[in-house]
Amino acid sequence: METSKPSLPIVENFSRRAAVKGGFATLGAAAFVAAVSPLRQAAKNTTAAEFMQQHYTELSPEQKSDVIARLETEAKEKHGVDVHISDDRPIPGTKFVYAINLSVCNGNGKCVEACHKENNHDRTTNQSYIRVIEMPKGTMDMEQGSTTYTGAVPKDDKFYLPVQCQQCDEPPCVDVCPVKATWKEEDGIVVVDYNWCIGCRYCEAACPYHARRFNWKEPEVPAEEINPDQGYLSNRVRPVGVVEKCTYCLHRTRKGKLPACLEACPTGARVFGNILDKDSNIRWILENKRVYILKEELGTKPAFFYYFD
Amino acid sequence: MPRIASLIFVCLIASMVAAALVAPPQRNTDGSPAAEATLESNALADESSADAPTHPKPPTFAVTVRRPDGPPRIELAGSDPQGRSGTVACSTCHSVRPPDLQNRTAATLNEFHQGMQFNHGTIACYSCHNPDDADSLRLADGTRVDYSDVMTLCSQCHGPQATSFAHGAHGGMNGFWDLSRGPQTKNNCIDCHDPHAPSFPKMIVGFKPKDRFNAPHPEPEPH
Repeated sequence: METSKPSLPIVENFSRRAAVKGGFATLGAAAFVAAVSPLRQAAKNTTAAEFMQQHYTELSPEQKSDVIARLETEAKEKHGVDVHISDDRPIPGTKFVYAINLSVCNGNGKCVEACHKENNHDRTTNQSYIRVIEMPKGTMDMEQGSTTYTGAVPKDDKFYLPVQCQQCDEPPCVDVCPVKATWKEEDGIVVVDYNWCIGCRYCEAACPYHARRFNWKEPEVPAEEINPDQGYLSNRVRPVGVVEKCTYCLHRTRKGKLPACLEACPTGARVFGNILDKDSNIRWILENKRVYILKEELGTKPAFFYYFD
Repeated sequence: MPRIASLIFVCLIASMVAAALVAPPQRNTDGSPAAEATLESNALADESSADAPTHPKPPTFAVTVRRPDGPPRIELAGSDPQGRSGTVACSTCHSVRPPDLQNRTAATLNEFHQGMQFNHGTIACYSCHNPDDADSLRLADGTRVDYSDVMTLCSQCHGPQATSFAHGAHGGMNGFWDLSRGPQTKNNCIDCHDPHAPSFPKMIVGFKPKDRFNAPHPEPEPH
């Protein structure tokens, strides 16, 4: 009796297993290649030196000068401009503070334009670190304001509220950064290491003053318009996909100069200085004028004040 | 199958070794306490050396307030037979004409200064201009003041503005905030204010960033 022989022919189980395994292995390999392909793209846009660069605060002086030399070379290759990237450190005994006179600000927007040019912002979006909000009189609620106003200013029933980074002493943007790519320096300026930022935009969401900007695309600035006087932590042309913000023009102010937006203001509404200097203009204003702090109730402790005559 | 598994395992080990080799070596040296100590002492030394020259340095540069060049010159309307035109001093005419101390606007004048807009309170021309010397100004107490010292004249009425100006809270500035590093320039009153119509003029907004806050609010859809 042929009991050992089944009535149906037996499919060769081993070879089917192998085929299924092989199929899944191929799929897996393909999925892996697809998963790492962004890294291969990134490698095309990034040099090995850039990829391996340390956090700004961990760079030794020699590494810093190497990084800056590399960035200057890249600027030459990419934009065809000889730029000078400085690494200005805080001046000891300095805490920078800004004040704006809302009684004279007329919303003309010259500060916005000056910031745009000084800080090598993208030309197609007219990007700037300053937003001037046209506000109905009688409120300081930013949500009631508008930035779309045009024509002759000031309008009779409005006042104008320029808003930029307030360089908070309790900066929410710094707290939320998952990689510590943004931090507060000794002179009060909150800076970003553009080469360390991963572009998650948490800081942009955390800022109650809407003061941070994200580079959705590579900033485009014509070679002849690029400001060659640049700083590593401030106005060098930013890479795509990183967050940036007002730095109180630290490449100027840490050399003793006034910020670009202040020099551009035709109404003289802007005042900048060192709050630790008892004889400074800014101290006199804070002691003698009616001073307002934007969104004071949030506890961000801005180094930015609004005052009235 | 075990062969494939071991192959993958070998690849994994190889990649880890490669990563370890490529990683920058200074991580290890940074971690050692000796290296940290030297770094710190360096930083301290840097700070003290930088502190010495910058912080206690007295202001060595001046704050310059811009000044008008001098008395204004009047453009002649016509030209002489040779086609030349020119300018004359105020005193060219005013030294031979008696001053009308009561006059308050250009509208009441028969000739000259026609069409000049005047909107500066109810003061008379000779509240500021000097009837005895047309090429200068005159304070309320009768003291003669040069045109280049016009801020002295303005300040006798606009005291709060003058105080604010002296402390940088009015009129703006250019140059350096840190006077130990460079000079500063400030405007004078008539750089921004026309003395005959001093209210700051309206301006046209030119530059607008394009960001999401500038987009008009979408109308909320009815439910």
